[in-house]
Amino acid sequence: MIKFCMRIFSLIALSISVLFFVISSTFAGSPTKVGFVYLTTPGDHGWTYAHELGKQMVEKRFGKDVKVSVVENVPEGPDATRVIRELAKQGNEIIFTTSFGYMEPTLKVAKEFPDVKFEHITGYKRSKNVATGNIRFYEGRYIQGVVAGLMTKTNKIGYIGAYPIAEVIMGINAFAQGLKSVNKDASISVIWANTWYDPVKEADAAKVHIAEGADVLAQHTDSPAMLQIAEKNGAMGFGQSTDMSAFAPKAQLFASINNWGPYYIKKIEELRNGKWNTGDGPNHWPGNVWGGIKSDMLVISKFENMPSNVAQKAQEALDGIKSGKINIFAGPLVDNTGKEIIPAGKALDDGALWGMNYYLQGVNGKVPG
Amino acid sequence: MITFIPRDRVSKNWIMIAPILSIAFTIFFGLLIFTFLGYNPLETLYQIFVSPFSRIDRISDILVKACPLIIIGTGLMLCFKSNVWNIGAEGQFIMGALLAGFIALSFPNIETKFFLLITILAGFVGGALWAFIPAILKTKLNVNEILVSLMLVYVAMLFIDFIVRGPLRDPMSFGFPLSKPYPEGALINKIPFPGIGFLGQLHYGILFVLLLTPISWFFVNKTLGGFKINVLGSAPQAAKFAGFKQNSITITVLLLSGGLAGVAGVIEVSANIGQLQPEVSFGYGFTAIIVAFLGRLNPTGILFAGIIIATVKLGADNAQMTMGIPKVVTGLFEGILLFFLLTGETLQKYKIKWSEGKK
Repeated sequence: MIKFCMRIFSLIALSISVLFFVISSTFAGSPTKVGFVYLTTPGDHGWTYAHELGKQMVEKRFGKDVKVSVVENVPEGPDATRVIRELAKQGNEIIFTTSFGYMEPTLKVAKEFPDVKFEHITGYKRSKNVATGNIRFYEGRYIQGVVAGLMTKTNKIGYIGAYPIAEVIMGINAFAQGLKSVNKDASISVIWANTWYDPVKEADAAKVHIAEGADVLAQHTDSPAMLQIAEKNGAMGFGQSTDMSAFAPKAQLFASINNWGPYYIKKIEELRNGKWNTGDGPNHWPGNVWGGIKSDMLVISKFENMPSNVAQKAQEALDGIKSGKINIFAGPLVDNTGKEIIPAGKALDDGALWGMNYYLQGVNGKVPG
Repeated sequence: MITFIPRDRVSKNWIMIAPILSIAFTIFFGLLIFTFLGYNPLETLYQIFVSPFSRIDRISDILVKACPLIIIGTGLMLCFKSNVWNIGAEGQFIMGALLAGFIALSFPNIETKFFLLITILAGFVGGALWAFIPAILKTKLNVNEILVSLMLVYVAMLFIDFIVRGPLRDPMSFGFPLSKPYPEGALINKIPFPGIGFLGQLHYGILFVLLLTPISWFFVNKTLGGFKINVLGSAPQAAKFAGFKQNSITITVLLLSGGLAGVAGVIEVSANIGQLQPEVSFGYGFTAIIVAFLGRLNPTGILFAGIIIATVKLGADNAQMTMGIPKVVTGLFEGILLFFLLTGETLQKYKIKWSEGKK
């Protein structure tokens, strides 16, 4: 009986799948098939939402010429391998995997599908058909530092970090550089949330910062929770990844917005013209495409809730970074134990940024681990 | 007040009809929800239930996904049968993977696959040791094992997190929390099929399930040990009169289920990840609890339950990829499916009595 049912069942399954195959192959034609893999859902209003906005720009730009498939909530493990492989099997020609933990799964699948192009976001390993892309998030944090330094009354800045990895540490240090440029008395305290996305933990960390006297908060985590707490307690803060002013209309000073759209569009365009490549850039730092304010991959939202002279200073910092006049990590740099990192006249290169495991002056405490 | 009264005898017909009814209800509500949300309901059902079987490599994906669920579920079966509530398989899975990973990374140049026997054994020991904590606390101090085993899940999660950020972090990983890759000898290979090559991620770890299911069936149904577990669960008093040592049974089932969860951890990491990372389990230990019950606490049932759960999970991904249905919607559908399956199961054995309790 069971055997019989199974047979019927598989027969039906087979015939339906054949039917689908026939249908899908008849209509297959010009549109470029693009796949996206998301770590969470666009409802996080942070990291994944920024990718979702990028995807929407792709759809708007190409219209009927692309067909986009998205898989959200994909854990960073075997499921990722399976989902990426499935996207490749379904004929997607370029697949964007939008979280660091997809690095090995992406490489694994890329080996099996040499004709499919893969774009891994924030990773540092590449191959013939795997390129990497990342944003110079730290540039926005320098401007945050400038604004924080001018806005703080208590001279205490509360910073919420996700994990003590180079990317986050260079953000803290860039913030410290911005802070130092306008206010020598203020200092940054860091709380590690040990998560990228957990509104409850992020809110708790924000409360601790405020209780300890911080009046400007910054975050390197994904949810708007910190800003909501700031809003409630009369503190200020910065939006992360997307414009979060809707969550904190009185507290958000500005947001550093991740603008993935142009990068996606460029890569898809290259693919359609047969010019896709993994780009240049040495192997020792993440992202052959590592764009910032200059290339529009990092966008600074409207300066708000601040006096006009502060907004003007912020604008100057923004312009300075854009024009290259400000080099955030130019020497002399001294870490917060007094050890010299680099003398005057020199500046840290990109490789050195990815080796950061120390705090610069202006940050309290030391890097865990 | 609702009370459940055990039925005197379970009707043979209902055993056949209940699952069919459950699935009919699920499909009905599924159609309703999908139509209401504006998705083509028939295509959605096709994606969830049928598409995972539509290609041979997709079928192999089901097996890969079901593999850890079945292994852990089989271990949990022993616990639940004897009324020991091990909720912490997730933690035991992690600790098994971690101990095995530690040993694998200690021998970076080893190539022989016989090494796998050692890492799998280490995984068993790691998981069993983690389960030994609630076991000893329960038998010596009468501490509730539900709480202890559950809480230890979080300890295990934080512990592996600490290990891959600190002691076992690959110095070449730019500070990212990853261990070095495992040596060749600690990796479980994919199975090559002549003429086809690899089928998705299908790996030799599957063989462990093929061994485990018959062995556990034999153990539960044909040995004194299995008999003791059954008696202890269904009639604790009788077990006492028969002189079965309750404590030693409790400790044994916890060690076995912890060990099996640990082995599942080793297989998952060695076959699919190949290095330690902050997250190695993805709720397998918790999902396996559902698998154990859905499989009616018997080994063959668990085999099928694991496959059903894996199918629906993969189907949900497919629905997302082809139709853009968000995971929350398919998750809702999964919930409905489990609700009706377990309701059908319960109502076979119990009847509902509405009594007029005090308000």
